[in-house]
Amino acid sequence: MELVLSLAIGVLAGSGVWLLLRPRTFQVIIGLSMISYAVNLFIFSMGRVVLGVPPVIDPDMADPTLYADPLPQALVLTAIVIAFATTALFLVILLASRGFSGTDHVDGREAQK
Amino acid sequence: MTNWMQHLPILPVVIPLICGALMLVVRDSNRRGRLTLGFVSILAQLAVAITLLCLSAGYLPNEWPDGVGVYLLGDWPAPFGIVAVVDRLAVVMLVLTAILGLSAWIYATARWDRAGVHFHPLFQFLLMGLNGAFLTGDLFNLFVFFEVLLAASYGLAMHGSGRARVTAGLHYVAVNLVASFLLLIAMAMIYGVTGSLNMADLAARAGELGGPDRRLFEAGAAILGIAFLIKAAAWPLNFWLPATYSNACAPVAAVFMIMTKVGVYAMLRIGSLLLPTGAPAAFGGEWMFPLGIATLGFGIVGLIAAPQPERQASYCAIMSSGTLFAALGMPGVSLTGPALFYLVTSVLALGAFFLLLEMIERTQAFGADLLAVSLEAFDLEDPESPDSSDDVVGVAIPAAMAFLGLSFVACALLIAGLPPMSGFVAKFTLLSAALQTTDSGPGMGTWLLLGFVIFSGLACIIALGRTGIRLFWSVEDTVVPRLRLSEAGPVSLLIMVTIAMSVWAGPVMHYLDQTADYLGTPSQYINAVLTQNPGRDVAPIETLEVRP
Repeated sequence: MELVLSLAIGVLAGSGVWLLLRPRTFQVIIGLSMISYAVNLFIFSMGRVVLGVPPVIDPDMADPTLYADPLPQALVLTAIVIAFATTALFLVILLASRGFSGTDHVDGREAQK
Repeated sequence: MTNWMQHLPILPVVIPLICGALMLVVRDSNRRGRLTLGFVSILAQLAVAITLLCLSAGYLPNEWPDGVGVYLLGDWPAPFGIVAVVDRLAVVMLVLTAILGLSAWIYATARWDRAGVHFHPLFQFLLMGLNGAFLTGDLFNLFVFFEVLLAASYGLAMHGSGRARVTAGLHYVAVNLVASFLLLIAMAMIYGVTGSLNMADLAARAGELGGPDRRLFEAGAAILGIAFLIKAAAWPLNFWLPATYSNACAPVAAVFMIMTKVGVYAMLRIGSLLLPTGAPAAFGGEWMFPLGIATLGFGIVGLIAAPQPERQASYCAIMSSGTLFAALGMPGVSLTGPALFYLVTSVLALGAFFLLLEMIERTQAFGADLLAVSLEAFDLEDPESPDSSDDVVGVAIPAAMAFLGLSFVACALLIAGLPPMSGFVAKFTLLSAALQTTDSGPGMGTWLLLGFVIFSGLACIIALGRTGIRLFWSVEDTVVPRLRLSEAGPVSLLIMVTIAMSVWAGPVMHYLDQTADYLGTPSQYINAVLTQNPGRDVAPIETLEVRP
């Protein structure tokens, strides 16, 4: 499972970075979203990859290896909300830029041929 | 300490949050209501910041050990709950934010707050993010407050709209989103290795790591450093800054001056905490010093090449970041005290400079500086829309040109670091400390620092002198502007503060040197945070401890 997870993170981050470096604003925003997915999965994986165990620690049998770490899940939740909000904001700026410049190039004008 | 005063440390976050939220209830058309709320909020923040400064420095009676106040949110014990930590460094930044915020806000009320919607709530949220970033005691909340201040800054950077602003804003947002993702990755890695996000706890645990864990930790810290370096505008991560800052409207650009310093603050804070156990790469001298020198060099070249005054001011901001990094990363010696003095001076001076430039621009008949202005500037819409022109009734200050000229000279002296202003005191103490400390005589690094800092001053004088001549002397038909008190006042206030800093340079320097000493012994911070007893049985902590 570790292999699948790390491959997924790698593919998402790689595609995200590639899209981020593209000249069209829509590609940039999709790239940012993909990176945010990769980052969220990465935070999750930092709480150690475990299956089918509860996240809440029982004080009576406090062997932490028996539980999933609840903190990364809280962090991911916050990160998702923030990434969602900033992506929405970016979308508005993208539309404004398009409205002002009439092009969807990130520099607000087409590259010189 | 009285009962209500124990909640003082969280007020710099709560006040702007509540006022900003209330402003959204007040309609945009009810300008008086929003202005009152904003004014009350900023004054209260200033008062709280000054009280905290007095508490932390011991001028007021308190129960804080070593002047470190720890506020446990929800009364959860320290490594598990969220903490706000007030210490000498944090209060300096809080007071600086409040003074700069007050000035920029008053300036904005003259005209700029009507150039778009929701200026006032965004401004409050920006202050909230700044204050929170200075106060927070754990990495994740540092990220959250970074996001709060950045989200507000996205709105403010594009306040007034226009093609140039939106295009610059697009780049700014994209770069900062990527920086935030880097911050998250770094934080997750550090959490994965150490099992903690609390900065004090991290500092204690980092020393226990060995082998592959330590290397992973170093990698995480390096990514964290890159994220902060992007925010602090270190070369080569600072190409977003000139376009964004020079296109933002004047009061926003002025308050943005402290935003690059948030990155410097974070580097300083985390670097000083991790130092005893061996600072990871980006926070140590071997990377920070060359980066600082390179940033200074980039700033110098950009400053001399920049055609517009606003762009010059942006490059001055980059130079100030470069000087700070070079000074903080200087190998072998601790220049933290003088560097903090320089930080305060340069933030105030550059803030005043941005406000001033916009007033000076108004003296120029349109097209007078046509030759020097790059083509992009024509995309800027004339900010003087018909409904907010100089016809607004206000107090006309006599001898407006004299005021503008004198203020310009004062700002130029401050930024270049020439006597008698406090910029000189800052650079002089910095360089003399750099020369004094090494036993075996000044080394290569000292001469590099000396050369670059002095040469950056020369570049400032050349570039700003040229701009001053062009703006004040070589124009045949200047328009004498009607300055309102609310525009001239903030600039005077900022310059007055720097003058006060050079008059009372001794006490200020003493306080900042104490701050530097305090940062040099992070055990005070760590002990203050980790020994907080919220008045409950804390025994289960040991058994609950989750180690990876």
